[in-house]
Amino acid sequence: MIRIFSILVGAFFSLALLLAVLTGAYSYVTEPPAKTVEATFYEHPEKLALASDGVFGKFDRQQLQRGFQVYKEVCAACHSLKHVAFRDLSALGYNEAEVKAIAASYTVNAQDPLTGEFKDRPGMAADKFPPVVYAGKGVPPDLSLITKSRHGGAAYIHSLLIGYSEQPAELIKAFPDAKTPDGLYYNRYFPTLNLSMPAPITSEGQVTYGDGTKATVDQMSADVSAFLVWTAEPELEKRRQTGLWWMGFLLFTTVLAYMAYRNIWAEKKGH
Amino acid sequence: MSFPWANEYKPSHPLMQWMDEKLPLPRLVYNAVGSGYEVPRNLNYMYNFGILAGLCLMIQIISGVVLAMHYAPNTLVAFDSTEHIMRDVNWGWMLRYGHANGASAFFIVIYAHIFRGFYYGSYKAPREMVWLLGVVIFLLMMATAFLGYVLPWGQMSFWGAQVITGLFSAIPLVGDPLREWLLGGFAPDNAALNRFFSLHFLLPFVILGVVILHIWALHINGSTNPTGVEVKTKSDTVSFHPYYTAKDGWTVGLFMLIYSAFVFFMPNALGHPDNYIPANPMQTPAHIVPEWYFWPFYAILRAFTVDFLIVPAKLMGVLAMFSAILVWFFLPWLDKSPVRSAKFRPLYRKFFWVLVLDVAVLAYCGGAPAEEPFVMISQIASLYYFLHFFVIVPIVSSIERPDPLPFSITESVLGHDGQSALGAKA
Amino acid sequence: MAEDAGIDTPTLAVEAGVRRRDFINIAAVSAAGVGGLATLYPLISQMSASKDVLALSSTEVDISAIEPGQAIKSIFRKQPVFIRNLTPAEIAEADKVDVASLRDPQTLAERTQEGHENWLITMGVCTHLGCVPSGVADGEVKGEYGGYFCPCHGSHYDVAARIRKGPAPLNLQVPEYTFLSDTVVKIG
Repeated sequence: MIRIFSILVGAFFSLALLLAVLTGAYSYVTEPPAKTVEATFYEHPEKLALASDGVFGKFDRQQLQRGFQVYKEVCAACHSLKHVAFRDLSALGYNEAEVKAIAASYTVNAQDPLTGEFKDRPGMAADKFPPVVYAGKGVPPDLSLITKSRHGGAAYIHSLLIGYSEQPAELIKAFPDAKTPDGLYYNRYFPTLNLSMPAPITSEGQVTYGDGTKATVDQMSADVSAFLVWTAEPELEKRRQTGLWWMGFLLFTTVLAYMAYRNIWAEKKGH
Repeated sequence: MSFPWANEYKPSHPLMQWMDEKLPLPRLVYNAVGSGYEVPRNLNYMYNFGILAGLCLMIQIISGVVLAMHYAPNTLVAFDSTEHIMRDVNWGWMLRYGHANGASAFFIVIYAHIFRGFYYGSYKAPREMVWLLGVVIFLLMMATAFLGYVLPWGQMSFWGAQVITGLFSAIPLVGDPLREWLLGGFAPDNAALNRFFSLHFLLPFVILGVVILHIWALHINGSTNPTGVEVKTKSDTVSFHPYYTAKDGWTVGLFMLIYSAFVFFMPNALGHPDNYIPANPMQTPAHIVPEWYFWPFYAILRAFTVDFLIVPAKLMGVLAMFSAILVWFFLPWLDKSPVRSAKFRPLYRKFFWVLVLDVAVLAYCGGAPAEEPFVMISQIASLYYFLHFFVIVPIVSSIERPDPLPFSITESVLGHDGQSALGAKA
Repeated sequence: MAEDAGIDTPTLAVEAGVRRRDFINIAAVSAAGVGGLATLYPLISQMSASKDVLALSSTEVDISAIEPGQAIKSIFRKQPVFIRNLTPAEIAEADKVDVASLRDPQTLAERTQEGHENWLITMGVCTHLGCVPSGVADGEVKGEYGGYFCPCHGSHYDVAARIRKGPAPLNLQVPEYTFLSDTVVKIG
């Protein structure tokens, strides 16, 4: 009885699915989906090799400092970094006095614990990067987690920064309606191809590096991407280091446990 | 099951004897997972996933209780408190990655455990209750995992809550009020986040309770085994300790190696980048997908694209998704084959492997964007899924001619059994 | 168990082998135990103060605006700290007290730093049960000895914040501090 009922229920769902497949197939044949402009012209990010890649990767402190400089002088005009505290910067190789000086160069609006008043004061090492007020249209995303919150991570950020161009002529020819709207900028690495951020890094030497590295557009983009890998996960190195020790120990224990298992089962033929 | 030849608990130390009289907890352990529990000697590695599932539950409960010491269930600060855990709390990154990947590990293990049950007919009499409790655990796990994913209050958290509670609005008449009641509002917000946190904390302990019942029910009749032949004599079994504790022990090590590789070296591989964007009720991500372990069921939900008879497509999808799991409750009565193990069921075995492939295809489609050809593939795959459980299993179990079974577990292991010769003579 | 499998074990020959096997079993269980203990460490460590809390373990206070005879309340490790600029009269009054007669015998000099004897910096936490004494701001009750008064259980502190009357067992605690300059003091 239950089996007959079950077959009926199965038939009910199956027929519905069959109908759905046929309907789908019919509309697929009658109105085949057109190729979209994004599917044709979007490009996956270029590979970006960073010192922090791989199981044994370590941050290149010098590069992180350069990246921080690019963030400070270029990105920080519109993008905040709210999950990062000034004290975290000591991981980039800054000493206590330098961290304090960087913090003090920012104005932080904070509540006075005694009076309850909100007041502007110079930043302290314990403070986080203050919010950035953006005057234009839209909300530029906070950059603290940007490399974790985008497919492709740092490679995507790097590609995006160097990927601005005029719309290709073939694009306009194939998709005459897909002209980049006013106020948006064409970038082949952006999923919808047009974004509201104009190219932020435009010319060589836009930032003057203290360590003598030549500030090409590509270099600056790579440096800031490396920096944003760090901001997204300051504990990255510790995680991998702990992981290596732990995995080594686990491997040792597992081998021992396997040997113990073989011992115990040795008398039981067939295993 | 306590076979007559099982070792009896005999405490030698006076303290243990005293304990045994007052509270025989050591005796309980001895008879449940110690030398007093006799288990078929031929269990293969597919039978290790039960203990691994128990380990996963413990990992999740311990790491979860600890995370709750730092997390704040309020829409204003939930995302930031999660980042606070990742950055400032001592070992917070490890606890959170361990918890997030622990959920994935739990589901991998539980799927292996369930499919082991499908293959070896673990659901059949007299072990129906073990199976039914198992399905209850799985449903509770799905609810807990969904609730937990909402807590970081990222984009996928928010839109996951929006979409999943939206399923309830498909129910005729009471749907919309029900959804509003579940959320405590018209859209996911503070009220929802708070109750989700509360329930996410509660449900694992409910799961723990049902797990205890699951193990209790298992001990009534004892484990199945790859032959599906019941235990006959002493030579068919070994004691749980030390034989299976040793085997489980080293597979726990192996499991920890794989799990730790994810936690320490690719902690975000199974997650979605969008959940590192704070929840924004004004903007939906381009592709909403649940966590990977829901993909097969998500694919079934999305496969129903047309209204059928009087049932609207949306309701069809919801009904189908729930039926896809609820049908497991009826499995012990749908499959009437007297043979348990698929090893001796040539026809069922083929369909079993088609089902494995089918669920893999469903999972892939569930994670893919809702575009052709994925929609059509998921419709065909869903079609097989429903045919398999509702139609093929009942019919195959009636018409199939099973292969001859070994006389006993001992014979299947050693190739001979003194008892079987006797049996043949008699 | 051996006879179940139909194997009879020659006892003598394998004795050494048995010992080696026991050793491996014990080693495996011990290693698993070490692993279990290792996982306990982060679980315990997570409860100690997190980095953002530790970052606030020292405070810098600008004291240039505090006139003699005045005091301010500031925050140090999420607790009130009292910074008092003593007048010469108050210093003389504090020095006049017979130290031996005090419940917690300390001179004012022991409670201040050389060269900055007029700056009395103490925690604003009563040593009895942790209330915040009054007496910092003008108009607040200063108690019978002109210092601080704890309203919870009536402890009176003198101008050097020493306990004089009431249930508190100790003087108000002097935190560690250093003068970064004449006008900025770093507490902690």
